[in-house]
Amino acid sequence: MDIKVTVRAEQGGTYVVDLNGEIDVYTSPKVKDALGDLIDKGHYSLLINLEKVRYIDSTGLGVLIGGLKRVREHGGSVRLVCTNPQIRKIFDITGLVKIFGIYDDEEAAMRALV
Amino acid sequence: MPLPQPSGTTDTVELRIPSKAEWVAVARLAVAAVASRLDFSIEDIEDVKLAVAEACTNCIQHAVGSDQIEIVCERAPGGLTVRVRDNGRGTRPEAIQSRRVEETRVGGLGVFLIRSLMDTVEYDVHPDCGTNLVMTKKVSS
Repeated sequence: MDIKVTVRAEQGGTYVVDLNGEIDVYTSPKVKDALGDLIDKGHYSLLINLEKVRYIDSTGLGVLIGGLKRVREHGGSVRLVCTNPQIRKIFDITGLVKIFGIYDDEEAAMRALV
Repeated sequence: MPLPQPSGTTDTVELRIPSKAEWVAVARLAVAAVASRLDFSIEDIEDVKLAVAEACTNCIQHAVGSDQIEIVCERAPGGLTVRVRDNGRGTRPEAIQSRRVEETRVGGLGVFLIRSLMDTVEYDVHPDCGTNLVMTKKVSS
């Protein structure tokens, strides 16, 4: 069980974080570090792509919430791309769907960032 | 051919993991395998899997002095009962409190998820012999 984190810069200063794998109490520190590195470098417009995430638990959600709080302090935003219905359900029942912008694909999320 | 069972016994699967983050995946996958032997839908299996993982994570993060987590799955009439118990000396009260949905603080989501995903959830905290969580999931009709 692991999580692969890939970061790429897109037009307009947005950074896309591709996550691939499972985000739980063991793997979430890796995601936290990746988001922390970006924010420490002054990148406050983030798009986190969860399309290849098969599982997320509350520690993973906590990392995303923590990242969102930090970028918002600088007027930034975190958008999520999520198509897995089980993961989408977790965002729905926790109410986080109202806090994050959640999109079906990267293109829609990028449009919303503009 | 199934082995004969003494009358009055139920189908039970027990697992004990170290109270460490890297073992939670083993617990959730084992319980998912148990749930898949019953008549649960894939969505219900995912619910049980996440609830058990959250319970184990709570033990790791909040139980005082625990080094083992015991997970017992028992086939119940119409569903599954899962007990998750640590061998610590109790849990801080905030660790088993569910947060409100509108809160955006980091943490507190685990218990909220367990209560949302399972049909019944009961905590029993003993300062001397750990915290025992019993939760059930009914097979959706």
